[in-house]
Amino acid sequence: MTPSVLSVENLTTAFQTGDGWGEVVRNVSFTVKPGETVAIVGESGSGKSVTSLSIMRLLDPKRARVSGRVMLEGTDLLSLPESAMQQIRGNRVAMIFQEPMTSLNPAFTVGRQIGEVLARHTDLGKSQIRAEVLRLMERVRIPNAARRIDEYPHQFSGGMRQRVMIAMALASRPRLLIADEPTTALDVTIQGQILDLIKELQQETGMAVLFITHDMGVVAEIADRTVVMYRGDCVETGSTERIFAQAEHPYTRALLAAVPRLGSMVGQDHPLRFPRVEMDSGRVNALPPVLNPVDRQGTPVLSVRNLTTRFAVGSDLLGRPHGHVHAVENLSFDLWPGETLSLVGESGCGKSTTGRSILRLIEPQSGAIQLDGFDVRDLGGSDLRRMRRSAQMIFQDPFSSLNPRMTVGQTVAEPILKHGIAKGHQARAMAADLLAQVGLSPAMMDRYPHEFSGGQRQRVAIARVLGLGPKLIVADESVSALDVSVKAQVCNLLMDLQERLGIAYLFISHDMAVVERVSHRVAVMYLGEIVEIGPREAVFGNPQHPYTQKLIAAVPIPDPSRRGLRRAMAAEELKNPIRPRGYVAPRRDWQDLGRGHLVMNTA
Amino acid sequence: MTAAETSLALPARSQARVWSKFRRNRSALVGACIVGFFGLLALLAPLLPIADPLATSWSAIRKPPAPEYLMGSDEIGRDILSRMIWGAQASLLAGVISVVIAMLTGVPIGLIAGYFGGWTDTVISRFTDALLAMPFLIMAIALAAFLGPSLSNAMIAIGLSAMPVFIRLTRGQVLSVKTEDYVEGARAVGLGHLDIMRRYILPNVVPPIIVQATLTVATAIIAEASLSFLGLGQQAPAPSWGSMLNVAKNFLGQAPWMAIWPGAAIFLVVIGFNLLGDGLRDALDPREH
Repeated sequence: MTPSVLSVENLTTAFQTGDGWGEVVRNVSFTVKPGETVAIVGESGSGKSVTSLSIMRLLDPKRARVSGRVMLEGTDLLSLPESAMQQIRGNRVAMIFQEPMTSLNPAFTVGRQIGEVLARHTDLGKSQIRAEVLRLMERVRIPNAARRIDEYPHQFSGGMRQRVMIAMALASRPRLLIADEPTTALDVTIQGQILDLIKELQQETGMAVLFITHDMGVVAEIADRTVVMYRGDCVETGSTERIFAQAEHPYTRALLAAVPRLGSMVGQDHPLRFPRVEMDSGRVNALPPVLNPVDRQGTPVLSVRNLTTRFAVGSDLLGRPHGHVHAVENLSFDLWPGETLSLVGESGCGKSTTGRSILRLIEPQSGAIQLDGFDVRDLGGSDLRRMRRSAQMIFQDPFSSLNPRMTVGQTVAEPILKHGIAKGHQARAMAADLLAQVGLSPAMMDRYPHEFSGGQRQRVAIARVLGLGPKLIVADESVSALDVSVKAQVCNLLMDLQERLGIAYLFISHDMAVVERVSHRVAVMYLGEIVEIGPREAVFGNPQHPYTQKLIAAVPIPDPSRRGLRRAMAAEELKNPIRPRGYVAPRRDWQDLGRGHLVMNTA
Repeated sequence: MTAAETSLALPARSQARVWSKFRRNRSALVGACIVGFFGLLALLAPLLPIADPLATSWSAIRKPPAPEYLMGSDEIGRDILSRMIWGAQASLLAGVISVVIAMLTGVPIGLIAGYFGGWTDTVISRFTDALLAMPFLIMAIALAAFLGPSLSNAMIAIGLSAMPVFIRLTRGQVLSVKTEDYVEGARAVGLGHLDIMRRYILPNVVPPIIVQATLTVATAIIAEASLSFLGLGQQAPAPSWGSMLNVAKNFLGQAPWMAIWPGAAIFLVVIGFNLLGDGLRDALDPREH
């Protein structure tokens, strides 16, 4: 039996809280062998990140107490002095983190930052270091490495920065790489490329990888063995195949059941609620589909024609911009009452800008927007205010979408009061009723947002906009930041409300599996334009545009037996939609495949 | 929901957290005690069994501290202890009121600049830069000289000189709060600019402003002392620490106690406010626990 690189025994971590010590990780044990990838998977608060920080001794010793044993090739890391630990971090054990945007120093070139690691851990000369940096950048498949070595981090996209981080991690030839949600902040096609890269590098170097993630799809894609954590306990450890095929612990089964799977909707005519999964017993109760009728012969609640939104970039001496970000370019679509239209695409494709333009939170350049009888672009003052009753928005980040200085009751009652729908006690009663409608107890009215979990806050945000009786809700990545089980609940709530109240959703998301579940129709956006739009089953079942195909192929499938069946994707960056001044967008033609399935002709 | 219901106060739980953090900070507590002590002294001045601060006595000119005159007497035989206590009133009042003036003018201007941006912001920011380019004390002296010597004019002068700091601080805070989703959400719900500024932005920028205000009180007390020292603040015969120092400088050799007491008091109060401000800054900072 090969000796393990890392062996963790009975790791327990406690944090100091207001009243004594609270254990956040209890008795976690696992091993990682050379060349092996072990994934720690769990929802937020499961203690998976704390586990990795405890292993690396990166927690503040005054506030965190770590016990147990962490053996790295025979050395107990927990008993080492801090100075010896510094020799191990970044050297024998390297780490990469979730945020590629903030983990590089913006003031130095990328080449210099990779070089610094080499200078610290090797005794290479200056020119040798540069050659080695170049070699590393090529190894992590950064195109044009020779040219980009002297560029600054801001000139790199998120995926490329993560490659730079990996190059830095590899510089010291670590025995163990700890990757803490390294792909969570990345787009799905980029995520696929980074996962491939980590696997290839592992095969080349034989290093061990400890991979921390919340995404079962990623686990299936990359891990040899899997450690499932739940509220600080390690509930199950085993080979990834066994965990996926026959999980023993009910929580593991529940977690797997809650994961939305792309392709699970084949043959379904209507959006389907997520099954209700009991996290403790693992019991799965299927729920009925959303059956409210959508009349596409009638008047659409939202009709967008040739919408274009651009942002100026830079300015010359005369104050004229150098160019424009063509965030939304010549967009047209309709949305009928009671229908969900999903806008999918990767970051920077203009899907959020579309939502904001429709609500006039951003001023579009041109185009026409008809919303519930309002001509949105011509509205001013009081008309704009009345329009805001018809269309509302729910944001992505549940931690920044509520005013921290207002109670939940005030938050929910405010729009009702401001639009004169009700006054005083009546408004308070309405707010209580709205909270009940979204599954919260009205007794929570006097609490502040920071006392609520992410899913609860998102419910509050929904209750707040429901008070206005909107016909359209723009849900901008509204469930993206939530844990799988909570995500399913919030999606189900949105679908319940749709069935009951006939609300139309413009569902903006990058999560293809969720989109497939909740949508009636889907529009795929790329660089500000819709490249394919149509009924959900047509777009997912018969994708015609190459970008749609690529997007669907990149989604990790939570099934280890299908690993490696797909793609060998080239390392490429998303193109940016910045165009020079005076650029005229090309004329586009769409091909009609019937039933409203339109595909842009590729030039 | 009226304005009264939306207090600027922190949510209840975090209020408790801030308080417990503040209590654990020993130097902040010392600062609070010093400030509290002088504040109480100033408030209770009319009730304390002390001599009339204006009563002169030709038989007790420049007497050193003794049981009769605990802190000694000044050049025309007035009781320095009594003048110190009444002087605390002038000094603290000047410090607090001038900062209130600075906040009442600076915070709304900064709010407008940060919230609306564009030309409004450019004009206000350049104006602020121009004001900040002038040394604080020079500007206060110039304004006080222009308005005429009196304690209230000195307060106005100090307040206006301290205003640019608040404009800039508020503007910077507003710029970061403005990008939060809940501000955009408030727009989407159909709230007007005034509502958004008052209920969504102002409450979320208050903590650093409170900290700055505490620290500025210390500066303002020194400024008031300086102006009084120059004869532009509190007018004789009414006492203030600054004007007491002003007179005392003529007798440094013969009667050092005349200078030591007001000097030490200014020193203590300024330290007190600074410790308090630092403690508040740490306690209100949500990043530390």
